[in-house]
Amino acid sequence: MSKLSTKDDSLFLRRKVWNNVMQSLCLTSALIALIPLILIFVYTVSKGAGYLNLEFFIEMPKPVGESGGGMANAIVGTLVLVSLGSAIGLPAGIITGIYLAEFGNNKFGFMVRFMTDVLSGVPSIVAGVVAYTLVVIPMKHFSAFAGGVAMAILMIPTVTRTTEEMIRLVPHSFREAGLALGIPQWKTTLQIVLRTAFRGIVTGILLAIARVAGETAPLLFTALGNRFWSTEIDQPIGSLTVFIYDYAKAPFEDWNNQAWTAALVLIVMISALSFAVRFATRSRYSEK
Amino acid sequence: MNVVSGTATAGKGRAVSGTNPLGSNLADLVFKYLTALFAAGVLLLVVLMGYEMYRGAEVAIEKFGWTFFAESNWDPVLEEYGALPFVFGTIVSSFLALVISLPLSIGVAVFLSEIAPAWFERPLSFLVELLAGIPSIIYGLWGIFVLVPWIRTSIEPFLSDNLGFLPFFRGAPYGFGMLSAGIILSIMVLPIITSISRDVLKAVPRAQREAALAIGATKWETIRIILSDARSGIFGATLLGLGRAIGETMAVTMVIGNRPSISFSLFDPGYTMASVLANEFTEATSDMYISALIYVALLLFAITIVVNMFARILVWSVTKKAG
Repeated sequence: MSKLSTKDDSLFLRRKVWNNVMQSLCLTSALIALIPLILIFVYTVSKGAGYLNLEFFIEMPKPVGESGGGMANAIVGTLVLVSLGSAIGLPAGIITGIYLAEFGNNKFGFMVRFMTDVLSGVPSIVAGVVAYTLVVIPMKHFSAFAGGVAMAILMIPTVTRTTEEMIRLVPHSFREAGLALGIPQWKTTLQIVLRTAFRGIVTGILLAIARVAGETAPLLFTALGNRFWSTEIDQPIGSLTVFIYDYAKAPFEDWNNQAWTAALVLIVMISALSFAVRFATRSRYSEK
Repeated sequence: MNVVSGTATAGKGRAVSGTNPLGSNLADLVFKYLTALFAAGVLLLVVLMGYEMYRGAEVAIEKFGWTFFAESNWDPVLEEYGALPFVFGTIVSSFLALVISLPLSIGVAVFLSEIAPAWFERPLSFLVELLAGIPSIIYGLWGIFVLVPWIRTSIEPFLSDNLGFLPFFRGAPYGFGMLSAGIILSIMVLPIITSISRDVLKAVPRAQREAALAIGATKWETIRIILSDARSGIFGATLLGLGRAIGETMAVTMVIGNRPSISFSLFDPGYTMASVLANEFTEATSDMYISALIYVALLLFAITIVVNMFARILVWSVTKKAG
């Protein structure tokens, strides 16, 4: 009898120890996962901040061999590309999202939803190749427009799915109230449902913008990059990300340092967007 | 009260489905079909993408056919194109990424969903999402200047000293190579696998946990039961991570060394399908060269579509049941 109980005790002890070990391992893996995040932020800030000055934002890149200069054209280029992508991608994504939320409970809606999810997994470089065959080959030269098309392809899935989810959150009673007042369904959707979901949809849009603003691969052979000032949409255009790529590979220390600064600017832009999103959603939940 | 809500639902049902042509006007139909048109556009976009790339790759497809992916000679000067080194590089680097990342991701997901208190889970989830939001190019920049030198001076000498008898850890430590690519990819896929696995774990009904605890299981034994309930969803999450690793371009291009060779040593430089596109597309001068590259892109597209389809189906099968 006493033998049995010590055996029970040792089994219990083993289970208890194992329990603690495995739980600590889970905690450890969470901590390990944060190490690269911290390292990347620390390096980007410490290496990038050294070259961060007003010059970086308002001057043009200097020719090879001269130090200094800035990336004014690349910052504007990134804004132009993101705007072009948004101009094409946002309407398409939002309207598709409206369809999926309001009419999409059928086989067709299911297919569209599934394909959007699949599309969001397509590598960004593939979007670049498609924009190349669609725009660059017929136009016979690289252009900001081609870059915008590639970005639009990447934005559509995110925008579509968040629009759908946000519209679905709007209570049914809102639609019923609108319809009960004799307002046609399209007006109910656009002026009541969409307006209620507006904040959430903006969140989705900001997330999509944050994502494409950091894209490099789809721009390499669409917008190409440009060391000179250009806002023409049918000409090649520079962007922060492509500059980082070129400057990181370059054998000049000055350029490498500027790449870090560009990375810092990019990361601040994207973090600002994602913090804005965080605040927008938080206040929405606390209001309820 | 009952009567009122009953009629309200009936009224809504009629209006929304639009089966009453007298009540709902033409504008509603136009609105519905206009939005449906855009939805159809998204479906068509996927088809169009495939078609455009097929057309772009037609020259190469006609000349090489399927042997394109079995030939290992990539020589633009002699106009010989074989994509095997890229396929090999993609498979090895993605596999390496999963081997490193999967145990960690599941650990983090379990910690977030089952162990961490709510006040700790929220900021931690946010940080993991932040990791997913860092642009690929910044991983690449960090890779070139921080990770690769560290791997060259610490990791690779350590591995060849202690595990040098394995064929994977032989040769000179360049730093730029398959190992660096695998490590940087593992950092990049971790947030995806983690956040989806966490959602999948959270979708397992609470009653399962209560039942396990009620019969005297420890916390970890409960977690094992939850994990086995969620395994197909976690497998789906892993596939999504794999899809990301396969298609990841910039960071890999910057650290893998970009040499079209097949070597079993992880220290040697390699090349992936995505990185050959990033690296050579703008330099490609002849039509056949461009066509061969688009052929690579087409394969990349097809692979990621298939991987993502399976992944989505697996994740849905778990979260739908719970929802």
